[in-house]
Amino acid sequence: MQKKFFAFVLVVVSLALALSVSAQEPEPIKIGFISTLSGPGSALGVDALDGFNLAIQHLGGEMGGRPVEVIVRDDTQNPDVGLQAAVELLEAEKVDFMTGIIFSNIMLAVGTPVFESETFYISLNAGPSQYAGAGCNPFFFNVAWQNDNLHEAMGKYVNDQGFDNVFILAPDYPAGRDALTGFKRFYTGNLADEVYTAVNQLDFAVEIELIRAAAPDAVFTFQPGGSGINFIKQYSEAGLLAEIPLFLPGFSADQDVIRAVGAPMEGLFNSSHWALELDNEANVRFTSGFALEFERTPTIYAQQGYDAAMLIASAVEAVGGDLSDKDAVRAALEAADFESTRGDFAFNNNHYPIQDYYLRQVVRNESGDLYNQLIGVIFEDHQDAYHEQCTME
Amino acid sequence: MTPTLIVAQILNGVQLGLMLFLLAAGLTLIFGIMDMINLAHGSLYMIGAYLTATVTSATGSFFLGVGAAIIGTALIGMALEMSVLRQLYKRDHLSQVLATFGIILIVNEIVRMIWGAQPVLLNAPEVLSGPVEIVPGFRYPAFRLFLIGVGIAVALLLFFIVNRTRVGMWVRAGASNREMAQAMGVRIKLLFTLIFGLGAALCAVAGALLGPILSVQVGMGESILILAFVVIVIGGIGSIKGALIGALLVGIVDTAGRALLPLILRDLLGRDAATNIGGALASVLIYLLMALVLFWKPEGLFPARS
Amino acid sequence: MTRAQMLILGVITLGLILVPVLAANNFTIKLFSRLLIFALAASSLNLVLGYGGMVSFGHAAYFGVGGYVVGILTVSGIASPFITWTLAVLLCALLAALIGAISLRTRGVYFIMITLAFAQMLFFVFVSLRQYGGADGLPIRPPDPLRDGRTLYYIILVTLGICLFLLWRIKESRFGRAVQAIKENESRMMALGYPVFRYQLVCFIIGGALAGLAGVLNANLNAFISPNALAWSQSGQFMMMVILGGVGRFWGGALGAVVFILLETWLGSLTIHWQLGVGAALLIIVLFAPGGLVGLVSSANAWLIKRRAAA
Repeated sequence: MQKKFFAFVLVVVSLALALSVSAQEPEPIKIGFISTLSGPGSALGVDALDGFNLAIQHLGGEMGGRPVEVIVRDDTQNPDVGLQAAVELLEAEKVDFMTGIIFSNIMLAVGTPVFESETFYISLNAGPSQYAGAGCNPFFFNVAWQNDNLHEAMGKYVNDQGFDNVFILAPDYPAGRDALTGFKRFYTGNLADEVYTAVNQLDFAVEIELIRAAAPDAVFTFQPGGSGINFIKQYSEAGLLAEIPLFLPGFSADQDVIRAVGAPMEGLFNSSHWALELDNEANVRFTSGFALEFERTPTIYAQQGYDAAMLIASAVEAVGGDLSDKDAVRAALEAADFESTRGDFAFNNNHYPIQDYYLRQVVRNESGDLYNQLIGVIFEDHQDAYHEQCTME
Repeated sequence: MTPTLIVAQILNGVQLGLMLFLLAAGLTLIFGIMDMINLAHGSLYMIGAYLTATVTSATGSFFLGVGAAIIGTALIGMALEMSVLRQLYKRDHLSQVLATFGIILIVNEIVRMIWGAQPVLLNAPEVLSGPVEIVPGFRYPAFRLFLIGVGIAVALLLFFIVNRTRVGMWVRAGASNREMAQAMGVRIKLLFTLIFGLGAALCAVAGALLGPILSVQVGMGESILILAFVVIVIGGIGSIKGALIGALLVGIVDTAGRALLPLILRDLLGRDAATNIGGALASVLIYLLMALVLFWKPEGLFPARS
Repeated sequence: MTRAQMLILGVITLGLILVPVLAANNFTIKLFSRLLIFALAASSLNLVLGYGGMVSFGHAAYFGVGGYVVGILTVSGIASPFITWTLAVLLCALLAALIGAISLRTRGVYFIMITLAFAQMLFFVFVSLRQYGGADGLPIRPPDPLRDGRTLYYIILVTLGICLFLLWRIKESRFGRAVQAIKENESRMMALGYPVFRYQLVCFIIGGALAGLAGVLNANLNAFISPNALAWSQSGQFMMMVILGGVGRFWGGALGAVVFILLETWLGSLTIHWQLGVGAALLIIVLFAPGGLVGLVSSANAWLIKRRAAA
């Protein structure tokens, strides 16, 4: 934390110095970064910010020959606060790009003013269906996934493995319902039950007992943030982890969850668009750089942050640092001509990714630490379910 | 529903209730005796969980972790009382609310600076980490049984302290009439510090025991603090008995709501409609319970002062 | 009001009128709009909490319901502000009448918690309203004249002005004095034959209606409404604003809201550890300024006058 703060100060000071020393220095590229940086959701936002800053550092602090200035704001996981920050960044700071939002409900609140001001938003996490179908937008790009994708991948895998009686549960809010819809899109077997829990639920004893009584082949759940950790801990203590396999989307079994839950995680399968050990240059640079800088294993949020910065950089390079022609910038973004940490990456017509989805399993590495091992590919060049309703070419 | 499922869900309700009781007991004591609304109670609970996690990771022993957390949190609580909170006893409730809200923000940030934004590791000790077979064919998580045991033990201990010891007599005297207690020569200042330490220690017990089944993270105190307030208000402020019964009521109503409501709704409305409204309706139940209790008993079930 | 106070009020009013003219960009206008809306919401709570002595921990319920009435009516095709605003305020008044009538059976902390209970129930109702966005919230397209930031700002400013005038008149009225006297000594007022329950209920209803109006303005400003607007954390924030500004001081709500939001916005732009600064500021103010910010200002003023008299 201290190290990061130091790095942040360093960036600010060096930027200030750079600005004051040489007046000929070109105008900086301004990137507005709104994310959840305080409170319980901040684990995700801070990781995304760390990944983003790491990329800026790897880029030498500049894009297309212009220095980069990242302006960071905390949305406190409240749409109203995020909205106020967005207006500030758009109107007062006149940022060139915006990114950073983790939660879809905040994205949906912030989207309107961003698009009205014709500023490019590069989403590093939130991938709401509203912006993927008929509501797709020429100024919105998602460099992570559409919200349903990781659930679809798990549905496909569970289906392919021949499970035929699955208990599914998720919190009762739009992203939770989307998760189960995504799962059911590719899982065609019988449902032992479909249960909606409260948002931010603490105790899952009731649901776990219902699972035990229903005796399904397998369980699939999406529980974001802290409640995901609660669920896995409690499922394990009920002794069910050994009896009824639990399948999770990548964000419910990522490094932050592994760190908090520990040994019970071992052996769990989950789906992701990225894995630690994907063998490409960009990924090696990212993972080793992240471990060195922040002394922890990166999560997908950090990876998404890193890729978001690299995508922006590629577009700025392509137009030679001249952002005045929005169509040219859009074309450059659409080309996605950057080295993604996940290897092949392309944008669909709705500006959501066409990419592979992987199966990962939590195992121990040589030094005994738990991490997500890459097991195989679930989907190749997968597209989301909404892109056909999008009228963009 | 099979009989084992019903028994298991009743146990779950009791267990959730005792979980809340651990947190509510300290809150109601401090509230009742010092007439102090302490929102930072949730922060002490978080500190307790983090200390347990840290010491457990360092030593490998959960029980050492719990012990260290109890001592550490009690000391932090007493230091907080002597430095800041003591000056708030004579102020109105609203000043206490604002000040202790400020403390929540400060403690959250300090914890985040020390331990980072990501949740930290805390698991049940090996011996309690799995389920146990109570009767053939009926298994229940060992750690939750342990939680039930500790909850009952803490309740008994508090009853004993409050009703049978000299300290308890002071406490009861202080709660019902502070001036009288002072006149009787009770050293209120010291007593209050000690009681605050006891409240903080109870927070640590709650944090240590809930940590292995809940996520140990920044802000973990706030969501559960609201529930603890619901419990003590239902029970009647200042009453340990009230806190216990309030906690059990909340635990059982919440559990019943989540276990039974979907089934009832399914019979009434059909499956799709039931899944549509089930989650939200279950969340409303405990607030409905509180409103109903306060409607009939405006001072809770067992008001300590009359 | 003294002449000096009149003068200060005049200067502030003039400054607020000039904001859109002097503002460098739309953000400044939006920020001031937000400050004024929260000043109204906090002032409405100050009426209930500060003057009426009823500590409502569910005040965000009216703020959110007001916003949702506008949102739901607008997406249903009824966008006319005259209809939506009137309905919103009336509905919030009705809601406050219901909640108040039940809650006023209780006192003290029990009152705090029962008002929270009702707000939480409403919160979950809106979370479950999936046709209106559920937990994601509902984007609203306000009618065209209100989409212009400057026009909306002046509407907000005028609304706030009228409401503050109203609140001032209430405070100075026989009714207002009776409500404050009830706060000081309820049984005495009851013995004197005042209809205590009815007076308190009316005070509670006025507070709820004005909070609903603030919610209406907020929904128009953000072009968005979500259940967050009626979450307990929002109710808590209103309470913090009032206590920070000065409970039962006329300008307490407004000053508290402005300082609270500016402090958060400013510290939030400096560091992600801004909560540390906000927390410390709140703590210091409670410990060293018992009357809140307004209390601080008036004692500083008194000190100045004394010094001048001595010199």
